[in-house]
Amino acid sequence: MSEAVLSVQDLRTQFKTRTGMLNAVDGVSFEVGRGRILGLVGESGSGKSVTGYSILGLIEPPGLIAGGEVLLNGRDITRLKGDELRRVRGAQIAMVFQDPMMTLNPVLKIGTQMIAAVRAHDRVSRRTAWERARDALAKVGIPSPEERLDAYPHQLSGGMRQRVAIAIALLHRPAVIIADEPTTALDVSIQGQILAEVRRLADETGTAFVWVTHDLAVVSSLADDICVMYAGRIVETGAAADVIASPRHPYTAGLLASVPAEHEPGERLPQVPGSTPSLSDLPPGCAFAPRCFKAGPACTTTPPIQKFEDGRTALCHYPIESNSCQPLSSTSTTYRSAS
Amino acid sequence: MSAALLDVDHVSKRFVKQKSLGERIASVLGAGRKSEIVRAVSDVSLSVHKGEVIGLVGESGCGKSTLGRIIAGIYTPSDGNVLFDQKPVAKQQGRRTSKLTTRIQMVHQDPFASLNPRMRIGDTVAEGPVTHRIVKAREADGYVADLLARVGLDPSYRRRFPHQFSGGQRQRIAIARALAMKPDLLVLDEPVASLDVSIQAQVLNLFMDLRRDLDLTAIFISHDLGVVRHVSDRVAIMYLGRIVELSPTADLYAAPNHPYTKALFESVPRIGVGRRNFHPIAGEIPSPLNPPNGCHFHPRCPFAGPRCRAEAPPLTAIGSGRFSACHLNTGGTA
Ligand SMILES: Nc1ncnc2c1ncn2[C@@H]1O[C@H](COP(=O)(O)OP(=O)(O)OP(=O)(O)O)[C@@H](O)[C@H]1O
Ligand SMILES: Nc1ncnc2c1ncn2[C@@H]1O[C@H](COP(=O)(O)OP(=O)(O)OP(=O)(O)O)[C@@H](O)[C@H]1O
Ligand code: SF4
Ligand code: SF4
Ligand SMILES: [Mg+2]
Ligand SMILES: [Mg+2]
Repeated sequence: MSEAVLSVQDLRTQFKTRTGMLNAVDGVSFEVGRGRILGLVGESGSGKSVTGYSILGLIEPPGLIAGGEVLLNGRDITRLKGDELRRVRGAQIAMVFQDPMMTLNPVLKIGTQMIAAVRAHDRVSRRTAWERARDALAKVGIPSPEERLDAYPHQLSGGMRQRVAIAIALLHRPAVIIADEPTTALDVSIQGQILAEVRRLADETGTAFVWVTHDLAVVSSLADDICVMYAGRIVETGAAADVIASPRHPYTAGLLASVPAEHEPGERLPQVPGSTPSLSDLPPGCAFAPRCFKAGPACTTTPPIQKFEDGRTALCHYPIESNSCQPLSSTSTTYRSAS
Repeated sequence: MSAALLDVDHVSKRFVKQKSLGERIASVLGAGRKSEIVRAVSDVSLSVHKGEVIGLVGESGCGKSTLGRIIAGIYTPSDGNVLFDQKPVAKQQGRRTSKLTTRIQMVHQDPFASLNPRMRIGDTVAEGPVTHRIVKAREADGYVADLLARVGLDPSYRRRFPHQFSGGQRQRIAIARALAMKPDLLVLDEPVASLDVSIQAQVLNLFMDLRRDLDLTAIFISHDLGVVRHVSDRVAIMYLGRIVELSPTADLYAAPNHPYTKALFESVPRIGVGRRNFHPIAGEIPSPLNPPNGCHFHPRCPFAGPRCRAEAPPLTAIGSGRFSACHLNTGGTA
């Protein structure tokens, strides 16, 4: 990978609860290069959102960042406070939420909000700010952007609002955008449009994206690289196509195997037994052990990060060897039209 | 073919739209609009045979849940009829002991919202069958225990409350509650949409087991094309309140006919096809408040012609068991 614009090192985020400390993010490390899209996947409660919030310094009590570094272009931003943090946030790193109304104010016109967002970091005239807002809307594929600047959020569809939120995140050409399930609530055809747009933006502007999702198909179509999270830890990393074609970690393999599109219609689906564990009640050693088909004697101790020649990693005592694993066929699922 | 178990006959449903908070604020600021009519379902016809599973697919707001609720007798259609075993469903509404409405059960979109948080789940599951005298009150406990085992939950769980269960478990409870009524037809509204993939597989396997063991007839609503392909015999694709294509599952996925179906299949990200290899449908989904004239898909359709803007294409037979609503199929030009 080229030089990383965002490098997260051994990040630890905890929440104080009545029953004790929850390690919601438990030693997470990854890097994203310029113009790259990293898909952060995992089941509900695995710590994806908390990872994103931690990177942006959005963790509030009872939560705290207990350790680690978030290097943005080589500078640790976890210790920034007040004005210093505000100067970085929005200008060099920005966030897009699942619900665009987390970013948008319902009673202000889109234009008013975007002009304010431009002028929060750059001393420019209202006119210049308006032009930049218009250009940003055009860039995310919004038709007739001048008119949209004059609209209130509710006058736009959900997909349009999410594009506006992405446009706001892009206003200052940040090095990194963290996007937390931004298309989960959208229609499939609108999701497709936004994914195509984001891919183009990453390629053209060089902005790096961390795309948080539980949808493996989205990651497979969008991301360059994948990090798979389980119970607060990253259990597998690698190039998206490689991980999907031949997962090394038993959990990733289980997830991929249970996707219906990979099986004959009506066929019984392989299922990962059990359910996502509660963070307050994790087994010692590998957190996945009670559900793992490969679990062995060593799994009661913390697994090592195994590195593979192709730059991939797996947090596992007995990772799946590439040739013992059936590659998932992609030819069995042709949704393509015959024409 | 024998008479259909369910006949949906030219059914439409209109709602008067309530304003959202944002719209009320904006109307104070002078940017609002008056109340309007939503055409949630327009002139839908569909026959379902015993033992069949029909997948109902479409994007948000296209009317899937509304159609499901009409079939289950929860909504009365504005126009048209729903016949179950050749008897109208809607007329039976309101009569508590109606045999008909107990024979059709619906599993709602949000399993958490549909379970009473203050009731033990055993009581929730037993309530319907006891009220409708499907089981005697003193036999209810054993009946519920069997049902829970049937959906893969420990029978001792019947003393617990909904918040003590995970999403996948709640979905199983909702299915157990519907099965408790011994229904002939099950309407499942997005039963796996809120679940993680690993849990989704458990619920889909359960559905396929139940179908095999109980010879269920079902309407399976989902926006997930992969899920629907896996469980359905036939699939109906909806767009803005209308069925635009209806076909046996294998034929549909091998060669979709309607331009919307084709575009939808190409725009959905899939595992294994690799990066950048999908083609989104251009344009916005039009509002059901103000649907386009003619073919509802024409503003986004690459093949649209003058006829498409003027005239709504009817759902017509295009091959054995296949139907599509597109002018391209009926000769001449679009
Ligand atoms: N404010 C908080 N207080 C206590 N615990 C929290 C808080 N926020 C998050 N957590 C816990 O941290 C863990 C990780 O949560 P997170 O929201 O990051 O999961 P996620 O992977 O984003 O899941 P989802 O897919 O459901 O969004 C969860 O167990 C959650 O309960
Ligand atoms: N009770 C109601 N009152 C007013 N409008 C309604 C009502 N129920 C549904 N609608 C409207 O009817 C249209 C169809 O809604 P419906 O819930 O059937 O769609 P859906 O296909 O199930 O969507 P989703 O995938 O989001 O669940 C929408 O525009 C919706 O806003
Ligand atoms: S460490 Fe052991 S239990 Fe954990 S994933 Fe690897 S094989 Fe399974
Ligand atoms: S009727 Fe016309 S607009 Fe509608 S799908 Fe067919 S070609 Fe396209
Ligand atoms: Mg989250
Ligand atoms: Mg619905």
